[in-house]
Amino acid sequence: MVDSQSSASRESSSGDDKPLVEIRGLTFYRGSRAIFDNIDIDIHRGKLTAIMGPSGTGKTTLLRLIGGQLRPHAGTILVDGESVTKLSYKQLYQLRKRIGMLFQNGALFTHQNVFDNVAFALREHTKLPESMIRDIVLMKLEAVGLRGAHQLMPVELSGGMSRRVALARAIALDPMMMMYDEPFTGQDPITMGVLVSLLRRLNDALHLTSILVSHDVKETLSIADYAYVISEGKVVEHGTADALKNTQSDWVKQFLNGLSDGPVPFHYPAGDLYEDLLNGGKS
Amino acid sequence: MIAFIENLGESALNIFEKLGRGVVFFINALAGFPALILRFTLVIQQLYAVGVLSLIIIGVAGFFVGMVLGLQGYNTLIDFGAEESLGVVVALTLVRELGPVVSALLYAGRAGSALTAEIGLMKATEQLSAMEMMAVDPMHRVIAPRLLAGIIAVPLLAALFSAVGVMGGYFVGVGLVGVDEGTFWSQMQDSVDIYDDVLNGVIKSIVFGIVVTWIAVFEGYDTVPTSEGVSRATTRTVVHGSLAVLGLDFVLTALMFGD
Repeated sequence: MVDSQSSASRESSSGDDKPLVEIRGLTFYRGSRAIFDNIDIDIHRGKLTAIMGPSGTGKTTLLRLIGGQLRPHAGTILVDGESVTKLSYKQLYQLRKRIGMLFQNGALFTHQNVFDNVAFALREHTKLPESMIRDIVLMKLEAVGLRGAHQLMPVELSGGMSRRVALARAIALDPMMMMYDEPFTGQDPITMGVLVSLLRRLNDALHLTSILVSHDVKETLSIADYAYVISEGKVVEHGTADALKNTQSDWVKQFLNGLSDGPVPFHYPAGDLYEDLLNGGKS
Repeated sequence: MIAFIENLGESALNIFEKLGRGVVFFINALAGFPALILRFTLVIQQLYAVGVLSLIIIGVAGFFVGMVLGLQGYNTLIDFGAEESLGVVVALTLVRELGPVVSALLYAGRAGSALTAEIGLMKATEQLSAMEMMAVDPMHRVIAPRLLAGIIAVPLLAALFSAVGVMGGYFVGVGLVGVDEGTFWSQMQDSVDIYDDVLNGVIKSIVFGIVVTWIAVFEGYDTVPTSEGVSRATTRTVVHGSLAVLGLDFVLTALMFGD
């Protein structure tokens, strides 16, 4: 287990060592299944922190818990010193104005064009004149390389373009923190490269704090300052990319190297094959 | 037997639980109404979607229903030598009953199903979640304008249905079968009361507008976010909306016109 983040850290924008997000004793159930069982996670200011783990381990659920869309069954989640679970409706919505989130499929509003999608939060939360909103939107789109696509409708965009537009929309209000939900899934190598570099550059240029949820190990570790690996409701490893590569855990080795067999078996638990074939499973 | 009773109990609990969620949902949506005064363009956009786009089906259906009423009414009344009362029969039937009821049924089928599908797909594609994370409450931004637009649109559509229906009755009664034009209109004017008939019809259509739009937006918001879930929710909107209209029509008729 690696305790220090200092090796890969960049200077915090605020200079404050206190984590932006502090998760303590988080427990969350779906039915009787524990998605998180008393886990602790720190997200430090100015860093890009990755949350990795196999499909179905609750990585997206973690983002929803941080954003206050779900309530934990136990534990605390502090975002910038505010306990998400104890905030009133109004306070929670005020906090969300300072958080941007990129959804897995982009979640663009299909009845609005690219420009209006990016302008949405600005029109909802500010009283800026339309000329200024136009300038801001075009600058955000320029940052993701899609200024020229501002009049297109979401159906006219490729998957990678949709995510970049959604990224521009998420940073429209200049948030303090960005949460990325599986941004690399299903992307071709060029788009993947664009997104990987974009996430890192945006984090540094805008002095963001970023949480990147992904199971694309290589790409994620190439840009993450720090990473948590979660499985079956527990944090099984955390540390810098280099530290994770030198892990002693067989499970983490299997996950990071994509091995088909290991602590996570190739076969789903089943009865005897001979019995199944000859007796139709009736022993 | 025990299993049957357990299933029955579970189904009843599910129904009450959903009803409870629906009531809370409705109250939350109503809480978004005051803010719409300052952003009435959101309501106007939805009025176009649920109202203006329903005009053709309401107009065509109203005209045909009026024509049928004219023909059936004439064939019945002539046996009693009372064909001069055709205008009254057509107008009262439309204003009291068929206008509010049929227009609400058509509204549930055309606009209600579209509302459910739209909101359900917004949920399935995480657009509602994205809105929440941008600190915009979907209850206020998406649901409230649609609910208010439905409440405004249905009485207007019902009024249009009745007006076009009267024209259909006039076309058949006066134009085709030869009822006297003056008698047709004057008897209608004498017998249709603005409070007892027209106002009661308007009240019915407002109630239908509230209930059908509430069902439509709630089913969309409450849908299981899959293609099958959206499909089922859309079906439920039409079925539950239509049954609610027919059931409430009896209750309201009994309250308004029962002795």
